[in-house]
Amino acid sequence: MSPPIDHSLLDPPRLPFEPLLQRNAVITEQPWVRWLLTTAALAFLMVFLLLPLVSVFTEALRGGFKLYWESLKTPDALAAIRLTLTVAAIAVPLNLVFGVAAAWAVTKFEFRGKLFLITLIDLPFSVSPVVSGLIYVLMFGAQGWFGPWLAAHDIHIIFAVPGIVLATMFVTFPFIARELIPLMQEQGTDDEQAALSLGANGWQAFWHVTVPNIKWGLLYGVLLCNARAMGEFGAVSVVSGHIRGETNTMPLHVEILYNEYNFVAAFAVASLLAGLALITLALKSLLEARHGAELSASHRH
Amino acid sequence: MDIRIRHIHKSFGGFPALVDVNLDIRSGELIALLGPSGSGKTTLLRVIAGLEFPDYGEILFGAENMARKPVHERRVGFVFQHYALFKHMSVLDNIAFGLRVRPRSWRPGEAQIRRKAVELLDLVQLGGLERRYPHQLSGGQKQRVALARALAIEPRVLLLDEPFGALDAKVRKDLRRWLRELHERTGYTTVFVTHDQEEALELADRVVIMNRGCLEQVGTVDEVYEHPRTPFVFDFLGGTNVLDAEMHGRKVFLRGAEQPLVTDVIHPDGPADLYVRPGDLRLADPGSPGIDVHVTAVQRTGPIVRASAKLLANGTGISIELPHLHHDAARFHAGATLRLKMMQFCVYPRAASVHAHPITDAPEPTAAQSQERTRA
Ligand SMILES: Nc1ncnc2c1ncn2[C@@H]1O[C@H](COP(=O)(O)OP(=O)(O)OP(=O)(O)O)[C@@H](O)[C@H]1O
Ligand SMILES: [Mg+2]
Repeated sequence: MSPPIDHSLLDPPRLPFEPLLQRNAVITEQPWVRWLLTTAALAFLMVFLLLPLVSVFTEALRGGFKLYWESLKTPDALAAIRLTLTVAAIAVPLNLVFGVAAAWAVTKFEFRGKLFLITLIDLPFSVSPVVSGLIYVLMFGAQGWFGPWLAAHDIHIIFAVPGIVLATMFVTFPFIARELIPLMQEQGTDDEQAALSLGANGWQAFWHVTVPNIKWGLLYGVLLCNARAMGEFGAVSVVSGHIRGETNTMPLHVEILYNEYNFVAAFAVASLLAGLALITLALKSLLEARHGAELSASHRH
Repeated sequence: MDIRIRHIHKSFGGFPALVDVNLDIRSGELIALLGPSGSGKTTLLRVIAGLEFPDYGEILFGAENMARKPVHERRVGFVFQHYALFKHMSVLDNIAFGLRVRPRSWRPGEAQIRRKAVELLDLVQLGGLERRYPHQLSGGQKQRVALARALAIEPRVLLLDEPFGALDAKVRKDLRRWLRELHERTGYTTVFVTHDQEEALELADRVVIMNRGCLEQVGTVDEVYEHPRTPFVFDFLGGTNVLDAEMHGRKVFLRGAEQPLVTDVIHPDGPADLYVRPGDLRLADPGSPGIDVHVTAVQRTGPIVRASAKLLANGTGISIELPHLHHDAARFHAGATLRLKMMQFCVYPRAASVHAHPITDAPEPTAAQSQERTRA
């Protein structure tokens, strides 16, 4: 007699592939209606999104590639690029840490004032960037709360790099936390509890279980956070003081050049920002296509 | 490892989830926590594991009080209802996790860890699947991986929360038998949660029946089934008929029966409820005492014939079950008037049905126990 077959060990038989119902009368319209709607949508996108983007590059290259290159190579432009990269290099990692910490606290623990914290995280999204900048002037400016003390100790925040970093962090804080909170909420705490019950300490559970579970969501948040950090204008404009070669970021530099009717140079720097946007967009689409299931539900296709 | 649970209280924001729970678990025992939804089974299991801390009470592993120790210091194997396998790790890495996170001083070498993981995989009969990822496994396979992962740390106690809850009936039955065998082979002290009474009765050495945060009864399968201590336990383990009765000394007067039934234990005189299972009712022998009923409907489901009837005396509805091959089965048909006898039954004073009081697993039975059982 052969031993009984343990069905729970066997994979189920493969079903023959059958196409699902292709056409659904409820969601399918007449061809001309579909054609009209699609064309209208495409035309709108062309005029309002693609055309401006293309024009940035054509304006930048209007005087030829050499002139484009020359205008990027001016010391002021280089200083602006360097400052923008520096600010992003400080603000994004810090927001990564704070964002993960905030998401962790909100989703893995129960405590009073949790809803308040979630609302607070959203504050930078709901307040105008100019106001965010003004808050820092109010606190750290010469007439601000800490102004005299800072002046006495010769610490410069407003009209200096620290102020720009602070304003950028404030504006970009929600990106990572907002991306992670729904994702971690959905995943629950079972995995972490399992890790702890197997003898892992908190750090091991975080590093070996939580981080792999959220890595694609995290990358997605970092990407958006970085794009905004490099492109932020309003808040940075208030605290920067527009000192050329010192506190001018790329977006501010574009504005200065534009106001001086130096269009080629303005568009040349702008084209870098546009390029950054395109790269971000491409990476974002790639992430969504590849790892949609591991991003928070709002981004799934 | 002997586990003793003493006076555990646990509440969630004022809601009492566990009320004065006392339980002794002997080393190597397989215990089922059985009870309706919301009765606190999961909470008790999590308190034992250290995933939840009691407000009050002691949990002794051997002689060591664990009540305040965090989960990662307790060395318990916890199998979650939805497995909680690490999605980004292969089956082998999942099983090896508990060994790999050990402090360097007592972590085995990598080769030894792998050997152990493969061994465990064979033990749970999944040899050859070590490279797969959790999403490539069926529910039953995931369950086994979760079990192997918990066994890898050589737990002092194995805790399973509704281990078969998410599986279909057939796989469930197979796994149940398999878990019983595994337990006999490995001898781990095991506590599992279920709300399926059949599962608990089939699998466990002893059953703990919970209701609203209290232990209603603790005992072997035979004990709880044959001597249900409270009406709740009687009712929870299978269908029930409840009949009005009146106690006078040792006599139970039932409406519709001309002669009283006699019990061996003395109850206070007064109104009582008589509990009898549908399967414990049979036709009375001609001329002997019994209760007269009028059959209203008969239905056969598989091997069982179920009849609905009304007491002739007061119209109380009553249901009867018997195997379809039983020689009396033919006499149950709608419209028949029959006399039934009770093969076994329980009587509880009326007050006991209204409020079930907590009982403990303490060695000496409390005087307040007011249960008794009699054969007719
Ligand atoms: N974290 C919590 N916060 C608040 N109340 C809780 C919490 N966990 C459990 N409870 C409550 O405690 C009671 C017991 O819950 P528990 O999960 O132990 O029930 P259970 O017996 O496992 O039920 P089920 O069979 O449905 O899983 C329930 O009323 C539940 O609402
Ligand atoms: Mg439960």
